[in-house]
Amino acid sequence: MNALSVHAPVLLVATPLLAAFVVPLVAKLGSTVRNAVVGVFTLLTASLAGLVAANVLAGSGAPSVYVFGASPLNLTLPSGMHVPIRILFEVDGMSAFMILITALVAVAATLYSFSYFKEHSGGEMYYPLLFLLLAAIFGMEETGDLFNFFVFLEIAGIAACGLIGFRPWRGRSQEAAFKTMALYTLSGLFVLIALGLLYGQHGGLNIAYLSSRVGAEMLDLVALGLLVVALGMKAGVAPMHMWALDAYGEAPAPISAVLVASSQASLYGLFRVLFTLFGAAVSVAALGWFLIALSVLTLFVGVTMALLQKDIKRLIAYGAVSQIGYMLLGVGVGFTTSGSRPAYGFVAMQGGIFHMVNDAACIGLLFLAAGAVHRASGTRDLNRMGGLGHDMKWTAALFAIGALALAGVPPFNGFSSKLLIYESSFAASPILAAIAILSSILLLAVFMKVFQAAFLGPRLLENVREASRGMLVSMLMLAVVVVVFGLFPGFFVDKLVTPAAKALWLGRDAYVRAVLGG
Amino acid sequence: MGNFPFVVAMLLVILGLYTLLFKRNLIKLVIGASLIETGVNLFLVALGYRTAGIAPIYTYAPPALADRMVLPTPQALTLTSIVIGLATTALLLSFAVVIHRHYGTLDVREVKELKG
Amino acid sequence: MRGEMSVIVRTIARITYALILVFGFYVILHGHLTPGGGFQGGAVVASGFALLPVAFGAAAAKRYLNPSLMRHLEEVGSLAFLALGFVGIGISFFYNVLANSGSLFGAAVPFGPNSGILNSAGTLPFMNWAVGLKVMTGLMTIVLVLLVGAGKEGKD
Repeated sequence: MNALSVHAPVLLVATPLLAAFVVPLVAKLGSTVRNAVVGVFTLLTASLAGLVAANVLAGSGAPSVYVFGASPLNLTLPSGMHVPIRILFEVDGMSAFMILITALVAVAATLYSFSYFKEHSGGEMYYPLLFLLLAAIFGMEETGDLFNFFVFLEIAGIAACGLIGFRPWRGRSQEAAFKTMALYTLSGLFVLIALGLLYGQHGGLNIAYLSSRVGAEMLDLVALGLLVVALGMKAGVAPMHMWALDAYGEAPAPISAVLVASSQASLYGLFRVLFTLFGAAVSVAALGWFLIALSVLTLFVGVTMALLQKDIKRLIAYGAVSQIGYMLLGVGVGFTTSGSRPAYGFVAMQGGIFHMVNDAACIGLLFLAAGAVHRASGTRDLNRMGGLGHDMKWTAALFAIGALALAGVPPFNGFSSKLLIYESSFAASPILAAIAILSSILLLAVFMKVFQAAFLGPRLLENVREASRGMLVSMLMLAVVVVVFGLFPGFFVDKLVTPAAKALWLGRDAYVRAVLGG
Repeated sequence: MGNFPFVVAMLLVILGLYTLLFKRNLIKLVIGASLIETGVNLFLVALGYRTAGIAPIYTYAPPALADRMVLPTPQALTLTSIVIGLATTALLLSFAVVIHRHYGTLDVREVKELKG
Repeated sequence: MRGEMSVIVRTIARITYALILVFGFYVILHGHLTPGGGFQGGAVVASGFALLPVAFGAAAAKRYLNPSLMRHLEEVGSLAFLALGFVGIGISFFYNVLANSGSLFGAAVPFGPNSGILNSAGTLPFMNWAVGLKVMTGLMTIVLVLLVGAGKEGKD
């Protein structure tokens, strides 16, 4: 047991990779065997994620380091060296939090995929790509080396675009996949230029090593700017959010949910760069206000354009983009008020980080419900569907839970995190709180419109059956998370969010000391 | 040598960016992405150069110059980037093929079913 | 036949096909001593394979290159690479248990310029072979799909 928890960070990435390579071999034995193997590997991955998170959160909060190819495996500085030369995984409170989010979304999406793709062949390519995407997301969230982060970022992008364009008999998904891949490539190359600048300046790409050496010179600031823009592009921050609408809207429903987790991993990378890498070197005010401006733009664009949509999945995609604005607002306010009013800043960061798990659960639930609606009615156009609530009672109820939670209605989880963000962004500027509340109200109006158009009213279509059991169970899983996190927010904030926020806000020294010692 | 390699690398990136933004043919967009990748790879390799250095390989290295090797780490980074660029280009091209099959054209202004 | 090129190209292709393959395997094998390794050698071998559809036409090339065999070899290569990562799991993932150990690839290498001992570097040559196998079959699968499969209609 002890050896398992020691090697768990690596096994968390190696197990989905192994699954991705094993599934094509066993797929020849039939779809039941394939589904069983996929299910076993998914449960294994989720338990490993829980193990890693439990180890990190139960300890004193010091990051745990795993060095590849070294003996013993926490030997960061080989004898006589002052620079960490090996690739290492460094898992702290924030990484553990993101790992739990990804594991939740992974289990829900895989369970949903079993029923969603029952009539389709091609499953021997879908599950390997899904496992590659999950391995890359876990790798992004655990790594302590910037180049390793870039490699996992690109792997996630390639796997995600392969999954977006998974059904090649519909031209729109191919168009979405092409545009998404072009934008992912561009942002990845900007990240690589920034990494080249940092390497040329300091001679290493380990996050802890760079964190102790980076200053506020011109080249470092150029690298910071490139990283902020590129990672914001991959997370879907406006004005670089165009790909997210096509990608979330055209991907198969479970993949949209996993794409949200992938965008959140890029957002995590942005936070890691801002707080851990450049935390001590950069003056916070100007950069913080830039982030707040971007977040307000994201909120505004996301919600107002959602009012105009007729396609249910594209509408939820706009909702997903606007929620990224909430997370960035919380953390941006934290970044800005870290000097002047740190108490407010810490609460803002807690709100932003708590909103990550709430958003993943709610948006995942909404996308899965939209997929069930699409499967039952054969259309995604809101004008052509109606009265589905008569036959799809469970799906309607779950959709309502997700929509109310996302709009910030108590007693669901969206209310808790949004309240934290409203209260603390008031300290930075009252206008921010007003914009945030207004966006929540508009989002509630949007989802009311969707619910009425899709589920209420007279029946417009025949042959509508309830979603199959696998899809309902996965949606129910996410809905349980939504409700439980909403009823006991204090418990989850204490256990999960506060260590994560502390790891970003105050944990830079511990992060650097875990690798460089002393 | 000075800054000349870096200037050329960034020039390639700018040319690739221009191609990616302003050209209309899907294949030209892929070529633009490939140009940006080439520029970034050249940038990374040029970072490791030490004046009058030899290749960082000990097999049959001339003993007199064996302590003036260029840095090998940027070369490893460049290799990884080339592999990633290959996978990306292959994926983009296969999507372009399927788009042509559906829309009958490679003009990016015609491939606009998704808007709003 | 459709897609064939002229007789000069076909003759030269027959000669250089073997030479390219040999050079590619040399690059893969000596990856721990000279520039090269798994990906580079695999790309060279794939270029050699890709010479066949270009010179002889896609239909003829499919007689020599079996797509399903390529897919199986690709899976073998990837599983082998991952298994090699697990070999040293007692100490750390990707730990090089065979280096400097005196066994299969474990000759000790002197520091400084030397004449290249093939028997060294532990699990690295095995990883080079696994990656080389995966790259050559994977790249060839991509070329075959883009060349041959692009004309077919997509189904489920």
